[in-house]
Amino acid sequence: MDIAIDTSKSKYHVDENGYYGRFGGAYIPEMLYPNVEELQRKYMEVLSDPAFQQEFEDLLKNYVGRPSPLYLAKRLSEKYGAKIYLKREDLNHTGAHKINNTIGQILLAKRLGKNRIIAETGAGQHGVATATVCALMGMECVVYMGSIDIERQAPNVARMKMLGATVVPATSGSKTLKDATNEAIRDWINNPVDTHYILGTAAGPHPYPDMVARFQSVISEEIKKQLKEHTGNENPNYLVACIGGGSNAAGTYFHYVDVPEVKIVAVEAGGKGVHSGFSAATTQLGKIGIIHASKTLLMQTDDGQIVEPHSISAGLDYPGIGPMHAHLFESGRGIFLSSTDDEALAAGYELSLLEGIIPALESAHALAKLKDLPLKPEDVVVLCLSGRGDKDLNTYITNMKK
Amino acid sequence: MQNRIDQLFASGKKNILNIYCTAGFPELNDTVTIMEALQENGVDIIELGMPFSDPLADGPVIQDSSTLALKNGMSLHKLFEQLEGFRSKIHLPVILMGYLNPVLRFGVEEFLQKCAETGVDGLILPDLPMAEYECEYKPLFEKYNLDLIFLVTPETSEARLRKIDELSKGFIYAVSSSSTTGKNKDMGNQEEYFARLKNMQLKNPVMIGFGIRDKATFDAAAAHANGAIIGTAFIKAIEKSADLKATVKDFVAGIR
Repeated sequence: MDIAIDTSKSKYHVDENGYYGRFGGAYIPEMLYPNVEELQRKYMEVLSDPAFQQEFEDLLKNYVGRPSPLYLAKRLSEKYGAKIYLKREDLNHTGAHKINNTIGQILLAKRLGKNRIIAETGAGQHGVATATVCALMGMECVVYMGSIDIERQAPNVARMKMLGATVVPATSGSKTLKDATNEAIRDWINNPVDTHYILGTAAGPHPYPDMVARFQSVISEEIKKQLKEHTGNENPNYLVACIGGGSNAAGTYFHYVDVPEVKIVAVEAGGKGVHSGFSAATTQLGKIGIIHASKTLLMQTDDGQIVEPHSISAGLDYPGIGPMHAHLFESGRGIFLSSTDDEALAAGYELSLLEGIIPALESAHALAKLKDLPLKPEDVVVLCLSGRGDKDLNTYITNMKK
Repeated sequence: MQNRIDQLFASGKKNILNIYCTAGFPELNDTVTIMEALQENGVDIIELGMPFSDPLADGPVIQDSSTLALKNGMSLHKLFEQLEGFRSKIHLPVILMGYLNPVLRFGVEEFLQKCAETGVDGLILPDLPMAEYECEYKPLFEKYNLDLIFLVTPETSEARLRKIDELSKGFIYAVSSSSTTGKNKDMGNQEEYFARLKNMQLKNPVMIGFGIRDKATFDAAAAHANGAIIGTAFIKAIEKSADLKATVKDFVAGIR
C-alpha cells in the first residue's frame, strides 16, 4: 500500500510548507490552529504506520469492496475510437469514491482520540460516506449540507438520517457546498477538543489536500496494476476525471503526476456555459485567492467577494478548486476542460444506453469530454467513474421529459 | 513611532472599551455616523468590520450584518471613500477587521497605503498566518506605521503566545473561549487562562473579546486585561434601530 509514499521530490505534490507551487497553505484563524497543527504534525506518521495501513486496507477490501474493477467499455470505446477503461468507483459501498477518504479519516480520528465527527457535503455522497463510517465506528456524526442541496439530493439526506447522522442545513450565502463547508469549519472552531472534521475534498487547509489525496490514491494505485494486467502497460495515454474540489481527480492522478507521457485531463462544471454567469469552471473564471483556508484559484468579484457558482451537479458546484489542481493547471501539467449541464446530461444518458451504467452527474461531466479529445484508435483512456447516478435520477428524469 | 493605539495604552487608561461594527451596516452610509456616536459616548477604540462573503470566524449575527452590508454596496473601495476626511472629526484609534481575500484582491501594499492615508491605525486579519506576515508583510506594516493585532485563544500554547507577542503591535486580542463570534459561552472557567496571560507579562496590552455582551461580562473581562471588545451585542442593538445616535448612546451607557 502506497498511501505514505515519499513525494518530496515531486514538483506536483505538496512541499514541506504545505504548498503546491504558489497554492495551498493554511489560512486559518487562531481558533483552528491547535487542530490543524496537530493534523499537520501527525498525519504522515499515522499514515506510515503498518498497523494503520493494514486496518485501512482491510476495510477497503472487505467493507468497501475494493479493488474496484477497471472495465474496458467496449461500446463506448467503439463510439469514440479509442480503448476506454472506466475505473468503477461507482461500485464501491455507498456508491462513490468518497468512502475511501472517510474510512481513512475515521481511522485517523480514532487515533487522535476524537469521538465526534463533522463533515460538509454537496451531492450528499461525502455525507453518506461519513455517516456510514461513523455508524461503523459508533461515533457521533453531524453533516452540514446547503439547504438547496438538501432539496435536490433528497435520497442521500434520507440515507444519512437512516445511518444515524444529524443533517444540519446551511442557509447562508448560496446555500450549497461552499456554505456547508463554512458551517462545518465554524462547528470545528466551536468544538476544538473532541471533534474531527472529515473534509471530503482535496481542498481546505494543509494537510487536508495532501491527506485526502493520499487516502484517494488507492484509485491510481489500483489503476496501475489493473491496466498493466489488461494491456501490459501501466500508463494510459489519457487519465480523465471530473473536478469540483477535486478528490476523485487527486486520487486518479496521484501516482501519475510525475509520469509525463500520461496526459492528465480535468473536467470542470461549465454550468449553463462558462461565460453565462452560471458556471463553476474555476480555472477559467477564477483568480488566486483564499477559500476555506487554502490559497488557490477562486471565483470572486473584483472586490474579493466569493462568487456563487452554478452546476447541475451538486458535487461540482464549488467556486474553488483544490490547490494541487490549481498547480497542475498553472504549471501546464493538466489539460483543463469544462462540460455544460446539457453536455453532462447527454453523456449520462449515453453511458446508460451504451454500457448499462447510470453515472453520477459529476462523473458524466468527465464522460462528456470524450468527444473533444483528439483520440486515436490505439490510445488508452482511463476515466474515473467517480459515482453512480441513483442520487441524480430525479434530475435525469425531469430533463428527459424536456 | 507611536500611533493612536499605542498612545491610548501608554496613557495607562483602564477598562478600555472597544466596539466593533460592520462597515456599511445597517445602511451603507451609516459607517461614519456610528463612529461619531461611539466617540461622543466615550468609547475608546473603534473596530470596523470589512464585510466578506465567507466570514469563517463569525457567528450568524456578524455574518448577517456582513451579507447586508455587501448587499448595501459596501466594498473596500467604498469604505476608503467613506473614511476620507474622517480624521477631521474622529480622534479615536480605528482598527479595520476583516478576512485576507478582499485585501489580497485590493493589493496588500495599496491597501496598507490607503489605511495610512485615511488615518486607520491597525488591522485584525484573523486568517493571515503568522509566518506569512513575518516573511512577506511585516516591513510593509512598519512602513505605513500600522499595527497588526493577532488573536490568541485558551488553546494557544505558551511558546506560540510568546511568538505572537513578539510580532504583535498595538495589543493582543484574547479570544475568551474557542468559538465563533457571539457564542455566549460561559466565561466562568476562563479565570485560569486570563491569569496565565497576566502572569506571562506580555509586552503588548491584552484586550478580551468574544462573548462580551453587557456590563457584567465587560467588567469581568476588563478586570483581567486592559479592556474588552464588544461586537455581536452591538450589531444586534443597532440592526433595528430607528435612531442610531440614541441607540448607540443607550448601548454604551449600559456598559459603562
